[in-house]
Amino acid sequence: MAIDRSVVEKAAGLARISLEPDEVERFTGQLSVVLQAVERLKDVDTEKVSPTASVLPVMNVLREDVVRPGLSTEDAFANVPSGGRDGEFFRVQHVLEERP
Amino acid sequence: MNELPRSIREAGDLLRSRKASALELAEAALARSHADRFNAWLHLDDDYARKQARSADERLRHGDAPVLCGIPWACKDIIGTKAIPTTAGSKILEGYVPAYSATVVDRLDAQGAVMLGKTNLDEFAMGSSNENSAFGPVKNPWCADRVPGGSSGGSAVVVAAGEALFALGTDTGGSIRQPAALTGVVGMKPTYGRVPRWGVVAFASSLDQVGPFANTVEDAAIVCEAIFGKDPNDATMVEDFPNDDLRQDLDAGVKGLRLGVPKEYFAVKGMEPGVERAVREALAVFEKEGAKLEEVSLSLTDHGLAVYYIIQPAEASANLARYDGVRFGLRVEGPDLVETYRRTRGRGFGPEVKRRMILGTYALSAGYYDAYYVKAQKVRTLIKAEYDRVFDKVDALVTPTSPTVAFPIGAKVNDPLAMYLNDVFTLPVNIAGLPGISIPCGLSDGLPVGLQIVANSYRERTMFRVAAAYERATQHHLARPKEAVPA
Repeated sequence: MAIDRSVVEKAAGLARISLEPDEVERFTGQLSVVLQAVERLKDVDTEKVSPTASVLPVMNVLREDVVRPGLSTEDAFANVPSGGRDGEFFRVQHVLEERP
Repeated sequence: MNELPRSIREAGDLLRSRKASALELAEAALARSHADRFNAWLHLDDDYARKQARSADERLRHGDAPVLCGIPWACKDIIGTKAIPTTAGSKILEGYVPAYSATVVDRLDAQGAVMLGKTNLDEFAMGSSNENSAFGPVKNPWCADRVPGGSSGGSAVVVAAGEALFALGTDTGGSIRQPAALTGVVGMKPTYGRVPRWGVVAFASSLDQVGPFANTVEDAAIVCEAIFGKDPNDATMVEDFPNDDLRQDLDAGVKGLRLGVPKEYFAVKGMEPGVERAVREALAVFEKEGAKLEEVSLSLTDHGLAVYYIIQPAEASANLARYDGVRFGLRVEGPDLVETYRRTRGRGFGPEVKRRMILGTYALSAGYYDAYYVKAQKVRTLIKAEYDRVFDKVDALVTPTSPTVAFPIGAKVNDPLAMYLNDVFTLPVNIAGLPGISIPCGLSDGLPVGLQIVANSYRERTMFRVAAAYERATQHHLARPKEAVPA
């Protein structure tokens, strides 16, 4: 299926990736070719076929629920980008509008 | 010591007969690795390697050393290593230092193996040429203006160039086997769920496996024995098989074994005559050694690529959502949180990663999910069923690993579909979760050709048996690139 720029822009928006205009242009052409190639799946009759959930025999994998040491707070913060830590918390920009 | 021994077994003999120490071996490997001219390393840690080598020598003196004790190895930089940078070949993780090691690294540490450093790769393992690394392409030691294959290109090259005795890579659609083929070494992808992935940067979770690069089939089996086995931290490991018997049948030969030759694999567009010739010669070798060759049909071979290029980017788009600039990695601040995500990811990811994120997000988005993702998972069921039927009739499959030898750097970089075709023989194996190995089967125009052997799930022992029989009969694995010798 050939796609146009708006499809790439919409998917990039959903994927939270900002693109330069030349990238949108290039990806539109390249992804059209890839999507055309995957079209051939339509030729396969899958009317009575279940989708694969796992290539392994599906079963629950359980382990004993025992307390054991995990990542320390300092280890968890070791790679935080600058300005991203506030005491014991990761700091993010606000996501809710303030009420007037 | 200027050159490393040719195998883990040879190195082990030197260490145990006191002809060389682990420290001498490590120094030789570090010297060669620092002289590397192929951009194969992202990070070498001399002090860490020397420290590990000294403790290995201590253990060797006490005489209770495991088989990998004192053996210098290289780790693909997508496998987490405590206190040692792990970038996944991406700007978005530049400077990232894990707080813990992957289980496979812990297991090699426990054996006393000596890690030299981290190897270059395609960004987040997305690529078949190692041109997608944010830190520059890797070159092929057989011909430095050609690609080494990918995504584990650095790991393949350091073994091919004699800089490390083995390496770990990851294989999602061929990322161990294809670079092994293009650089003339042994590379092996285990059965899905046989190797712990705890601590490995996730790419496409229903396909990813960790596996070894080595000089010989026996060496690959030795490494597998060390890294296989259940890990409570990995919920994909449903069954626990014994791992200590992988070398048991290495000398058993192929007499009486039934080897399947999928006819579709020789009808693929773009197959080079030199590759086909080398593989047909290999088939004749198996016949001479007493194997029974049987033509089989894997009619959905061509559809594998389409299935793969839906499932893999879809899973990757979910896995890579975690790179958001909040807890670790690059952060490019915008006026609000969503804009921070967008700018961070827009600047942090390279073009191939962005392409796949967009493709995967599109395939999973409302209105397209059934047509793409569900459809692909249904065809996947049929592909797996086809392999199941074939393995009722044969013990293993013998195929080419890649349709071409190493191609020139830049040749396919702007044509994603042509690039993806490199993996047409390897990715169906991931789709079905099977074990596969690539071993050298001669040269075409002076460049290595790889032979792929695929076995049924958990039948690595049979796979190694077939591979070892071929290696013994031909000695193609002894060919080494001339350019590897430091000037």
